[in-house]
Amino acid sequence: MNRTKQKNLLDLVTYLLLIAGGVLMLGPFLWMVATSFKLPADQFTHTLIPNPATLENFRNLFSFDLNFPKLFLNSTIISLLTVIGQMLTCAMAAFCFAVVKFRGRGLLFTLLLVTLMIPEQVTLIPNFIIFKWLHLVGTSVPLWLPAFWGGAFGTFLLRQYFLTIPRELVDAARVDGASLWQIFWRIYLPLGKPALAALAIFTFQGAWNDLLHPLVYMPTVPNTTLTVGLAFFQTQLTLGGRFTVLMAGALLSILPLVVVFFFAQKQFIEGIALSGLKR
Amino acid sequence: MDYGLKPLGREKLWLGVMLGPTLIGLVFGALGSILATLVLSFTHWDLLTPITPAGFSNYVALFTNPAYLKALINTFEFSAMYVPGVVIVSMFVAVLMDSKIRGISIFRTIYFLPAVTSAVATALVWNMIYGKDTGILNYYLSSLGFQTVCWLCTKNAMVSVVIVNIWGAIGEGMIIFLAGLTAIPSEYYEAASIDGANVFQVFFGITLPLVTPSIFFQTLISTINAFQAYDYIYMMTRQGQGDSSVPVVVFSIYRNAWNFFNYGGASAQAIELAVLVILLMGFYFWLERRYVVYE
Repeated sequence: MNRTKQKNLLDLVTYLLLIAGGVLMLGPFLWMVATSFKLPADQFTHTLIPNPATLENFRNLFSFDLNFPKLFLNSTIISLLTVIGQMLTCAMAAFCFAVVKFRGRGLLFTLLLVTLMIPEQVTLIPNFIIFKWLHLVGTSVPLWLPAFWGGAFGTFLLRQYFLTIPRELVDAARVDGASLWQIFWRIYLPLGKPALAALAIFTFQGAWNDLLHPLVYMPTVPNTTLTVGLAFFQTQLTLGGRFTVLMAGALLSILPLVVVFFFAQKQFIEGIALSGLKR
Repeated sequence: MDYGLKPLGREKLWLGVMLGPTLIGLVFGALGSILATLVLSFTHWDLLTPITPAGFSNYVALFTNPAYLKALINTFEFSAMYVPGVVIVSMFVAVLMDSKIRGISIFRTIYFLPAVTSAVATALVWNMIYGKDTGILNYYLSSLGFQTVCWLCTKNAMVSVVIVNIWGAIGEGMIIFLAGLTAIPSEYYEAASIDGANVFQVFFGITLPLVTPSIFFQTLISTINAFQAYDYIYMMTRQGQGDSSVPVVVFSIYRNAWNFFNYGGASAQAIELAVLVILLMGFYFWLERRYVVYE
């Protein structure tokens, strides 16, 4: 009896703590949504329910000559190309590291893991200089092209997953005369779908949310991404004191990822857990 | 690790094709770039006038130029608050969520949301929340009878921006810890329960020692993230003239290279950042061998 009572009390405390934390985690999003539906004159009111509610801010976002649709399109194209590049090159490399025996495999893989720890800023300056020589600064090429050179994180994530696929499948296919490429294409890609989905989501998220690289390579509106655009609007719109429009823009910019997250929550969460697996 | 298919005949070519992009990325993208940055760090170059050798002057500047020093100190200060903050809070959240109660998936979704959305977008709303005269935070503080705080003024900006960075990182940390917690065999808890251990005894006696692999991993990830933190700092602490009230090393690299065209100095700072991260990683792996318990 006493034990159940203790358990109930503990559960109650857990709920209260989780709810309090949940308010802090969700609060800023509620505030963003609320402000984006308020009249500009009401932008600093302290109520969560807009009264009256209006769609004016969303209309203004598209009519203010902010090039919002162009920014949205740029971010979409860059993110999708990045996803394609990473999926292709990381999957092929991960398959080689997980399945194929070749000289220097261990050393190469260790090198790849080491680059995971090197801050990106170290490679940024020479890459910028090369892209400047190639007259590609100001275009979106420097933002998505490097995705086609593979990536340490993606290769590591997929290799971890590929290692869990039973080797008997490979041996059986080999006996039937399947080539390396066929084993990769017919066995590892289909069976690796959960990890591939996780990588696709992470890559899309990383590219969509990236600020530093677009600031370096495409620093001027409107020929840039949503993140740089929003950062620029902040200085522009705040000068005019239009927080409501700014919040409408922020809301639309996070919407695609929030939608993906709600539908693919499992992949998000399992992907992170997978990347944390011990070797 | 020894297992592996042997490529037969022409399959060696396929192997080359499949590994090719990664090899190019590794040799040119990663190692080559690091080497190039190292070379650049010994030069003066603005990309317009000819490049000139600089000897060690860029490295001397790292320790004598007040702006560089301030950036370094800020990075350490930021990390010293951010890393323990993320590790402790996300472990605490994960322990709460690991209890067998209903509705956990809803909480998990909510707590993960900031980790999904862009820092740029959420920083905009945090700037509103932190507003001195118009912000909701100060409104509640003053209505509760407290003094209002200038959250993003120079003296408070560091703490304010660390809080937001932690807020944005709890989601991922929580998942890492949840994975670690689920791996703890339930027999341990059952035995403790039979012995009549209380919540705190269970946490410090069982959970904490057995979750050390997750603590290690999360500390590693958080440290790498802390040294590269940029987005919230850029969005929340910029002042007039493009400077920041919390200029960390990454912010300073960007400013040096792309505002002041001092690519040599920025390269030296990038090398400094990499060396610091590598030294810290070495220290962590040393700690891991001494203190982390793997089953």
